[in-house]
Amino acid sequence: MTETTLPLRWRPATTEPALVRWGLTVLCLAVLGVLLFAPLIAVFAEALRDGVALAIASLSEPDARSAIRLTLLVAAVVVPLNAAFGIAAAWAITKFDWRGKPLVLTLIDLPFSVSPVVAGLMFVLLFGANSALGAWLVAHGYPIVFAVPGIMLATLFITFPFVARELIPVMLEQGRAEEEAALTLGATGWRMFFTVTLPNIRWALLYGVLLCNARAMGEFGAVAVVSGKIRGQTTTMPLMIEMFYNEYLSVAAFTMAALLALLAFVTLTLKTALEWRYADQLAANHRH
Amino acid sequence: MNIEIEEISKEFGATAALHPVSLSIPSGTLVALLGPSGSGKTTLLRILGGLEFPTAGRVLFDGSDATGLTVQERRAGFVFQSYALFRHMTVFDNIAYGLRARPRKTRPPAAEIARRVTRLLDLIKLPDIGARYPSQLSGGQRQRVALARALAIEPRMLLLDEPFGALDAKVRRELRQGLRDIHDTTGLTTVFVTHDQEEAMELADLVVVMSMGRIEQVGKPEDIRARPKTAFVREFITS
Ligand SMILES: Nc1ncnc2c1ncn2[C@@H]1O[C@H](COP(=O)(O)OP(=O)(O)OP(=O)(O)O)[C@@H](O)[C@H]1O
Ligand SMILES: [Mg+2]
Repeated sequence: MTETTLPLRWRPATTEPALVRWGLTVLCLAVLGVLLFAPLIAVFAEALRDGVALAIASLSEPDARSAIRLTLLVAAVVVPLNAAFGIAAAWAITKFDWRGKPLVLTLIDLPFSVSPVVAGLMFVLLFGANSALGAWLVAHGYPIVFAVPGIMLATLFITFPFVARELIPVMLEQGRAEEEAALTLGATGWRMFFTVTLPNIRWALLYGVLLCNARAMGEFGAVAVVSGKIRGQTTTMPLMIEMFYNEYLSVAAFTMAALLALLAFVTLTLKTALEWRYADQLAANHRH
Repeated sequence: MNIEIEEISKEFGATAALHPVSLSIPSGTLVALLGPSGSGKTTLLRILGGLEFPTAGRVLFDGSDATGLTVQERRAGFVFQSYALFRHMTVFDNIAYGLRARPRKTRPPAAEIARRVTRLLDLIKLPDIGARYPSQLSGGQRQRVALARALAIEPRMLLLDEPFGALDAKVRRELRQGLRDIHDTTGLTTVFVTHDQEEAMELADLVVVMSMGRIEQVGKPEDIRARPKTAFVREFITS
């Protein structure tokens, strides 16, 4: 289009009428309020209904403490493992050409598309006492299903995609040139990884790890199937919440729910704080 | 260091990027690999630098077989097409990278590294930019930093892939002279890739004209101009 054909009533292309702007903003806030904020407030209100002392007391009960410990343990094992797997998978997919890559890309997404209950059942089938492998493992004193290892495996499966999915687009966009440069300058593979690859993906990695962590702590469906829900042994926080709730222990259920929500809130706050703290660097990296 | 390329070929799956090519580069020469897009220039350069391995053939450095040497062992100063500066490091750290990557025994002390980086910044005539990040530099400045970073490792040869590709005409001309000067002071065998025949003719001691994975002609600029061997060369250098 040439300049002479500009419309007469010219208006910046990026500005919408005020009505649309306000309408969208209000709508957005309303949805956020109803779907996110109100329920969260309700959870905390319910937890503190009979006072802070009672809420805290419900958390120091042995079963509750065991559930908190187990959830923290699962996250502490699963998140580092999936961070390592995620980096390895993203690396293999973005930096090398090999057959079967599309298949692997699809497989990485599998945990997103399979219902968690089905995922749990898969592990029961594979490692349960009715399978040859499961029977052998139980006989040798390594039960997987209805035990902590099963919970770890199910959580590992469910949270596998988070880190890889965050890293793949970033690593694709960055290409291999900087890494090759490091090699030509004499760096070993490890040095290249720690001084070039890792710093370049650190934000995506952090974000992936935080998401992975949130899901690892919160996973219900798959864990419910493999755990057997043995109180004080294989009950994670989400499972404990359900049990309390079904037993009409409302304060205990909602206090633990509030604690879980708080953990998620802390991770998100951490992320925002880091982003804010390193805003300059982030901008510098993105502009390239 | 002189470079001998003997019957090197390279296939990527079904595509042959290089049909067997042979080339002899005398020590201290400034060589241009000239040819249209897809003619195999980058592939040949990457094989010299050890970033790609040939399907067949040998590379000799100073007469000894270098075909199996790893990238690190080649000690080639490589300047990438988009410079590939480390975006999260300052210019200073970029240039110091290769020295710091050395094994402890041969790594210079920090003060010595700082001295060398400063000297290189002077050499590329950008003494005051050590503290900046690559994103805060112009295209021409980035190119010179990439050159300094490659020189810092005291390379045995200098390999540059389209070093002036993304720059405007005026900057290109300045940097051409800069490369010529650096080549003359260091005396390094230097190979650069270009598809600009004027640039190749003006800058290089020896021009290698390539087309579709083959070397069409090797010669001094004036010889190639005066006696193009094939129809392709004649057409390419007059375009
Ligand atoms: N990694 C690769 N995988 C598959 N084919 C490749 C690869 N690298 C290069 N090729 C092919 O090899 C041929 C030569 O490529 P090369 O990059 O060496 O050309 P070039 O002369 O540098 O071109 P340009 O001027 O466009 O950079 C091309 O046909 C290209 O498609
Ligand atoms: Mg090229």
